[in-house]
Amino acid sequence: MTDATLPAEKAVRSREDGSGGKGIPVSVYIAIFWLVAMVGIAIFADVIRPYGITSMDLGNRLARIGNPAHLLGTDELGRDVLSRLIESIRVSLLIAFGASLISAFFGTLLGFLAAHFRGFVEQLVLMLADFQAALPFLILSLAVLAFFGNSLLLLVCLMGFYGWERYARIARGLAISASAQGYAAAVAQIGASPARIYLKHILPNIASTLIVSMTLVFPEIILLESSLSFLGLGVQPPMTSLGNMVGYGREYLTNAPWIMLAPAFVIMFTTLAVSVVGDWLRDRLDPTLT
Amino acid sequence: MLRFLALRVARACITVALVVTFAFIVLRLSGDPALIILSPDSPPEAIAAFRKSWGLDDPIWQQYLRYFLAIIRGDLGVSMRDGQSAIMLVAERIPATLQLTIPALLIKIGLGIPAGIYAALHRNSAIDRIVMIGAIVGFTMPSFVLGLLLVLIFAVILGWFPSGGQDTWMHAILPVLTLGVGGAAILARFTRSAMLEVLGQPYIRTASAKGVPWARVVRGHAFPNASIPVVTIVGFMVGSLFAGAVVVESLFAWPGVGRLLVSSVANRDLAVVQCILLLVSITMVVSNLTVDILYGYLDPRLRTGGHT
Repeated sequence: MTDATLPAEKAVRSREDGSGGKGIPVSVYIAIFWLVAMVGIAIFADVIRPYGITSMDLGNRLARIGNPAHLLGTDELGRDVLSRLIESIRVSLLIAFGASLISAFFGTLLGFLAAHFRGFVEQLVLMLADFQAALPFLILSLAVLAFFGNSLLLLVCLMGFYGWERYARIARGLAISASAQGYAAAVAQIGASPARIYLKHILPNIASTLIVSMTLVFPEIILLESSLSFLGLGVQPPMTSLGNMVGYGREYLTNAPWIMLAPAFVIMFTTLAVSVVGDWLRDRLDPTLT
Repeated sequence: MLRFLALRVARACITVALVVTFAFIVLRLSGDPALIILSPDSPPEAIAAFRKSWGLDDPIWQQYLRYFLAIIRGDLGVSMRDGQSAIMLVAERIPATLQLTIPALLIKIGLGIPAGIYAALHRNSAIDRIVMIGAIVGFTMPSFVLGLLLVLIFAVILGWFPSGGQDTWMHAILPVLTLGVGGAAILARFTRSAMLEVLGQPYIRTASAKGVPWARVVRGHAFPNASIPVVTIVGFMVGSLFAGAVVVESLFAWPGVGRLLVSSVANRDLAVVQCILLLVSITMVVSNLTVDILYGYLDPRLRTGGHT
């Protein structure tokens, strides 16, 4: 009886999840379109930006949305909000991409080291991972900024510390189970070096899981950077980022809410889009991951 | 059980020691304290005297030991701005922060857990959809955006509540809502997925097949088993009671610990920053420890197994 009911139940469940069908949900198309647009804007920011980010139009301060010269209006100094938004998208995405890569690289490396050496190294990595997971990262990064002052490079490196422990745990677990499988043992028998085994054989096999974790960490890094910049402790003027724009825009909430709303919606849609794509990828590639 | 407890307490102590070490390393890496406190162009004799009186010429391990012992004694240094003891400065701000974070925590638990359970029990119903959309928005919307939207709607357009300050209880409503609603959405999402996972287990089917009323299955069989991930998230929320409101306090000009942290970071008031860092890590570690002990209570397997 169980044999008969289980597949039926599974079928019902996957229909309910919306993951049973082969087609890609509309929401994923929209999310991918949004992300491609954001990356395009970031790459071609210099070409599509109508004005310089610091050039002021003093006769046109706090212009409303839909102003013929300034599509998204201007801020208190008469700077074009659309141009600043485009530049902010570039800076925020650059920081988030850079930080995600750093975090994925070191996390995976530490995970592999733990899986390879076991014993003391493994305990050390796991202890550091626990330590990182136990503390609110915003407080930790504020402390580091207090001690070291602020620069873009430091900010990227600091954000790069975010989430490494998740890659490390996943990479360690998967590498340990992979090295017990035939293929890793076989190349080891042929005489491949450990670096070759991990990079050329194990890494490609676990890459899909790591990519899914990246889609989970990426939006959190965007939120973290924008929170720091909102507090005035992240990206510093004259540079601008999405959080930074919201932070300065809140002064004009009453008479010019568009300065703050435009970057706020970009942050929301971008994190939402990455999450939607990430959830979909997770269902496709590795349903076990939570 | 004793062994389990001892292991957890030892790990908690190690974590706090790691935070202290982290603060020490960062402090030393960030530059010569003598040059930060005195100005770089003070006479060399003054700098030398300063270094000697603060023991900066001693080997680094002696400095570390002394630093560690001072912290154990509760000596966390003085604020560079007014020479007040850093611990007192932080302690003064704690009640204001708790005024926001405790009501917010109650909203999170009171709204998030029931919504999550209801959504899981009525999967694909309208309420479930609303909970899921709310959870996604709660996750993707940064707290400052939520806060500013609330200000825009309730303070600027409707004029019901003040937009900042700490004079009456009316001032607390918008910050508490900002903190509470976002957190409730996250908690609802976790509760929902934990419940769904448990509801698919064979023992639930067994319980309802043998005729146990559905309400009792949910109360007696499903929820206790789903409570472990929920307790973990609630533990994290309790751990951030003192400093979980950094952004919201700054947004609403609320004079709590979080706002003190931001201004201290901006002024590079290291003693105060370090004091808050320790306060946060100790509350976090204590609440994690409590969660671990609760695990042992909720899941007897962990008690006897000892290690996970």
